[in-house]
Amino acid sequence: MNGTQRLYLDAYESTAGRQPAWLDALRSDAVERFRKAGFPTLRDEDWKYTNTSPIEKAGFAPAGAPGAGVRSRDLDEQAFRGLDALRATLVDGFFVSELAALDELPEGVRVCSLATALVEHAELLRAHLGPLPEGSHGYRALNAAFASDGVFVQVDDGVQLERPLHLMIAASGPGSGQTHQPRNLVLLGAGARATLIEHFVSLADEAYLLNLHTDVHMAEGSRLEHYRLQQHNLKAFHIDGLDVRLAADAVYTGHAVDLGGRLVRHELKASLDAPGAEAHLNGLYLTSGRQHVDHFTHVDHNAPGAVSREFYKGILDGRSRAVFHGRIVVHPDAQKTDSAQENKNLLLSRDAEVDTKPQLEIYADDVKCSHGATVGQIDMDSLFYLRSRGIDEKMARDLLTWAFANDVLARIGLRPIRDALERILGAALLHGHASTEVEPGQ
Amino acid sequence: MLSIKNLHATVDGKTILRGIDLEVGAGEVHAIMGPNGSGKSTLANVLAGRPGYEVTEGSVRYQGEDLLVLAPEERARKGIFLAFQYPVEIPGVSNIYLLKAALNAARVARGESELDAMDFLALVKQRLALVEMKEEFLYRAVNEGFSGGEKKRNELLQMAIIEPTLAIMDETDSGLDIDALKVVANGVNGLRDPKRSFVMVTHYQRLLDYIVPDHVHVLVAGRIAKSGDKSLALELEKEGYGRITEAANG
Repeated sequence: MNGTQRLYLDAYESTAGRQPAWLDALRSDAVERFRKAGFPTLRDEDWKYTNTSPIEKAGFAPAGAPGAGVRSRDLDEQAFRGLDALRATLVDGFFVSELAALDELPEGVRVCSLATALVEHAELLRAHLGPLPEGSHGYRALNAAFASDGVFVQVDDGVQLERPLHLMIAASGPGSGQTHQPRNLVLLGAGARATLIEHFVSLADEAYLLNLHTDVHMAEGSRLEHYRLQQHNLKAFHIDGLDVRLAADAVYTGHAVDLGGRLVRHELKASLDAPGAEAHLNGLYLTSGRQHVDHFTHVDHNAPGAVSREFYKGILDGRSRAVFHGRIVVHPDAQKTDSAQENKNLLLSRDAEVDTKPQLEIYADDVKCSHGATVGQIDMDSLFYLRSRGIDEKMARDLLTWAFANDVLARIGLRPIRDALERILGAALLHGHASTEVEPGQ
Repeated sequence: MLSIKNLHATVDGKTILRGIDLEVGAGEVHAIMGPNGSGKSTLANVLAGRPGYEVTEGSVRYQGEDLLVLAPEERARKGIFLAFQYPVEIPGVSNIYLLKAALNAARVARGESELDAMDFLALVKQRLALVEMKEEFLYRAVNEGFSGGEKKRNELLQMAIIEPTLAIMDETDSGLDIDALKVVANGVNGLRDPKRSFVMVTHYQRLLDYIVPDHVHVLVAGRIAKSGDKSLALELEKEGYGRITEAANG
């Protein structure tokens, strides 16, 4: 047991016994799991390429309350131009009502803190916050051990949430402890529809760890458009788990965009539990300096006739590193599975590195599964072609880099989000040219 | 306009050009013919400055200036245009953006102002007609999903907009059916000008039925083995490259 483990265990002791008995029992099991498992190491197959020891070394104390002094207008600066959205805010992992804009929730939609939901919807939460899955790693266990707040979203059967929900997950700075461990729960009823924007931001230039877990349950025919825009500062650590369970004909579309963070690990598990379920997972990561971004995805085809798509692209500069692990398991009765996975990486520097690992386990015989991974530099023929038209080398490189990323942006349906990302990428790569000048189809 | 003297060049360490001498005057159309592997495309790429094509001996002067010290984009801005044998597909970058960026780079280099959006669009539309292309091609990604003929026409469209001083055409006729060939030839003929020169690399005489050259050169094993007027092309058509190749090797 090292000092950081001790730190968490001591902090746990001081919060134990404050939750409903059923939740305290889960938390106590989770802390036992953490005590046994400790932190993942490079010897763990699933963590082979991601070394979390800098997080341990930092020894961030768990936050006990949201940092004070965060104002609405600090968050307004992070809002998306032209997006009319509901807003919920977690500061240091805690739901802050004063920073929410949820007055106009339609009938059949509930958005509140997990703490409130634990009181008001105890039975529902008890049904959905189950025990830790077998073999959960230390960070997941820690999140479960500390689970007390986060955001709860519920959309009833047949209800369509027209306005997107912009969920700000903000770090306030030093003062309240630097491990933030929110637990989020999203429940969509049959035929329900919603758009959720998770937006990770830092309000100060301090290091911290966000250790997040989110469960999404999608009933028959529901649809979720889920954006995850990660703009932590470059000192921040981010570890999150996202479990999505899909019933028949439910369609989940996720877009994960990583721009910030020092060390980021996303674990996404999509369980396609019934025919007609679809998971569309898109990702874009831009890294430089010593940033490290790890996408660990696991798609379970548990039923016949479900569809999964993964499309992840990365642009790496400096000494940065990215990991993509794409596990797809097609279970024995999941006939007519339709699955495709693609991971493409562009290395802008000699010192950048990518580890990409597709892992297909197919136990059914009538399936369509494809996968492909590439790691490469800018295409020299394309570069010469542009230069031969009078475009200088730097601009030509940047144009081709932009074009590489734009492929992912083009899949983003929500225009204000796409515009914001185009502005960010355009400023970085297009030297003041509007991206709309460059892209096809305008 | 262009003066090539004793040009030697290697690609991947392999010597391809072994002493080319060629003078191209303003307004002239030169055809470079020759069997496969004779160095025709290498010559075109060396002139455009393609990385990896290394000049080991000789000189190339363009408008009195040493061409070989210039980067590809500098050559382009000084009026050299290479129509590619295999135009590159560039997903994510629109054709119209490339056209505008290329034109404005050339205009700025000539000391002219950048064209505004309205004037640019008017120019583009006029040039589209010249190469018989539909407007929708402007808004597609550069060459992406274009047929072989469409790609070649797109090269011509770029040329018609940039208005180069020296156009180097690398096997522009390859892969074209006769109708597409005529469109491309008409486009080139429409751009002929007393101040604009063309170097056309081609394997077949067919293109020269439609674009009549002032001079024809036959390249064999990295050297110009024979030069003449358009009748040389006809001779080659009849007799093939065999005799010239033998003479050059003998």
